[in-house]
Amino acid sequence: MSIFVNASTRLVVQGITGRDGSFHSKQMLAYGTDMVAGVTPGKGGQKFEDKVPVFNTVADAVRETGANTSVIYVPPAFAAAAVAEAADAGISFIVCITEGIPVLDMARIMPFVREKGARLLGPNCPGLITPGVAKVGIIPGQICTPGRVGLVSRSGTLTYEVVNQLTRNQIGQSTCVGIGGDPVIGTNFIDVLAAFQADPDTDAIVMMGEIGGTDEQKAAAFIAQHVTKPVVGFIAGQTAPPGRRMGHAGAIVSGSSGTAAEKIAAFKEAGISVMERPADVVRLITERLKN
Amino acid sequence: MNLHEYQARELLKAAGVPMLDGGVAATADEVHAIASRIGGTVVVKAQVHAGGRGKAGGVKLAKTPAEAKEVAARILGMTIKGLVVQKVLVVPAADIASESYVGLIMDRESQRPLFMVSSAGGIDIEEVAAKTPEKIHRLAVDPRFGLMPHQSLGLALKLYQDFNQVRAAARMMEQLYSVFMANGASLAEINPLATTSDGKVLALDAKISIDDNELDRRPDLAALRDESAEEPSEVTARKANLTFIKLDGNVGCVVNGAGLAMATMDLVKYYGGDPANFLDIGGSSNPEKVVNALKIITADPSVKVILFNIFGGITRTDDVANGIVTATRQFKVDLPIVIRLTGTNEKEAVKILEGVGMKALNDMDEAVKQAVALAKGAK
Repeated sequence: MSIFVNASTRLVVQGITGRDGSFHSKQMLAYGTDMVAGVTPGKGGQKFEDKVPVFNTVADAVRETGANTSVIYVPPAFAAAAVAEAADAGISFIVCITEGIPVLDMARIMPFVREKGARLLGPNCPGLITPGVAKVGIIPGQICTPGRVGLVSRSGTLTYEVVNQLTRNQIGQSTCVGIGGDPVIGTNFIDVLAAFQADPDTDAIVMMGEIGGTDEQKAAAFIAQHVTKPVVGFIAGQTAPPGRRMGHAGAIVSGSSGTAAEKIAAFKEAGISVMERPADVVRLITERLKN
Repeated sequence: MNLHEYQARELLKAAGVPMLDGGVAATADEVHAIASRIGGTVVVKAQVHAGGRGKAGGVKLAKTPAEAKEVAARILGMTIKGLVVQKVLVVPAADIASESYVGLIMDRESQRPLFMVSSAGGIDIEEVAAKTPEKIHRLAVDPRFGLMPHQSLGLALKLYQDFNQVRAAARMMEQLYSVFMANGASLAEINPLATTSDGKVLALDAKISIDDNELDRRPDLAALRDESAEEPSEVTARKANLTFIKLDGNVGCVVNGAGLAMATMDLVKYYGGDPANFLDIGGSSNPEKVVNALKIITADPSVKVILFNIFGGITRTDDVANGIVTATRQFKVDLPIVIRLTGTNEKEAVKILEGVGMKALNDMDEAVKQAVALAKGAK
């Protein structure tokens, strides 16, 4: 089955005629993703690559093509509005790749997105891929191979590194999901972990975290309580120095310094096998799947 | 982007937040003039982007303009947490009866602007939060409706009993919220929010950080950036659209993506080396970025080896290879370069590098091991 995207995914690309949008749309098409529409205001009526119809609005695209999933490549100043437009048009799964969106723009539209019942992945994320079925976003298809390990990560290229290690060692993936690193994101570790736990085609989970914040600690607590599948984890930034910090609010709000040591301890406590380096993923996943 | 206290004060003052009148100065003579204008005892405060100024000796009282000039001469030019003090703020010394804390931050968990207030404000607020979290009161604001009157009043009631003070503090929280939202802040803090012995409520210190993503559409805020207050190599990097943080080691790292960059530094350490920097060349792969990255790294005399770790996705590895070749033609790189690249257009990249006699590795661990060995051999 995989999670979030599968054979019934019908994709609309917002910003399909832009520089990044068109480049990655070609890659998604080449991967075999069922791309049914594109949206660029003012370019309705055109065809992308002679086959994908372009519409002026997401609502038009949904009405004409039955699109149910959207991916967004529009520039940062307009990206939050694009997310809201997709939610308003009835898109149930929205993936926002755009990096650099003002955080308050996202904070302003999130309540609306939730009211509409849509799930947002990102922003500032690489998207997701269900190998062999559908790619939504920018994760390179050639480094993935179908299989039964689910992967969730806060970063982009570090995700590729680990997926590549798995693929080179014949360990396939059910779905690889990049949740993004912005302060306001639509889908967090716990949402993805819950989906992998419920997915009959995922046997084990790889979770790639980073220093900062408390999302990894919360995810670890969730795993201890609700995840019965084996989990292997990594925290990037073990050698990063503490930054110069202004103000007190950041430390007060989290009640935590967000260090790697703190997160690794939380992982171990929750029974997660901790990688010391990305290459450890192969050995640890193999061990955990044997037992 | 962090604002200086004097800049934060200007934004709050424009919104009507009551504050003591003061002035900013870059020389001791200017401080003398401001202190004379204010009259009486003044506080001279270092303007740097670092916490703990008072504890570092960057905040001093002065009873006369002559004394103000004298302390200013000591504070200007002093180094606080690696940053040189270029400017000082001069304000009248307040007759403080109580110190509260009011902070507003973009909260990841509620995904809303979150107020945190405490009647136990002042420089030890973090300790208060850690030891007695019940003394911190929180309220997440729904940005669709803003801070509603009963909410600001409720927060103010956590600070004061005197209803004149409650109303004054509530109004200041509304003003703080409007400054936060209107300027795309990620943090806005008044600490202390003080009462004076004659019962007035005043903001005595303010900190505001602006979300970097706002700056493109807000040239007025971008203009507030004070480059003299930042590490010079980090300024150069930012102008070249690179994220760079200088560290103490000798293995210079050039990586695409923050997560992979951190994992690369971790792996350098894992194999017994020390990273000289964090450097993320970002997603798009303009060869010019690679040239700039190499310029910044080679400017650091402690670097003994340069390690590239590039996983091509959006980034095309052939662009990175072209950048490396261009850079080595533009200026002489005397250091050994270890290159790991894989992903988009890898074959083309390898061909480009081999064309100039350079090698590319495919495996991250192998590349890091080689770089660490070279750095050790160079010592």
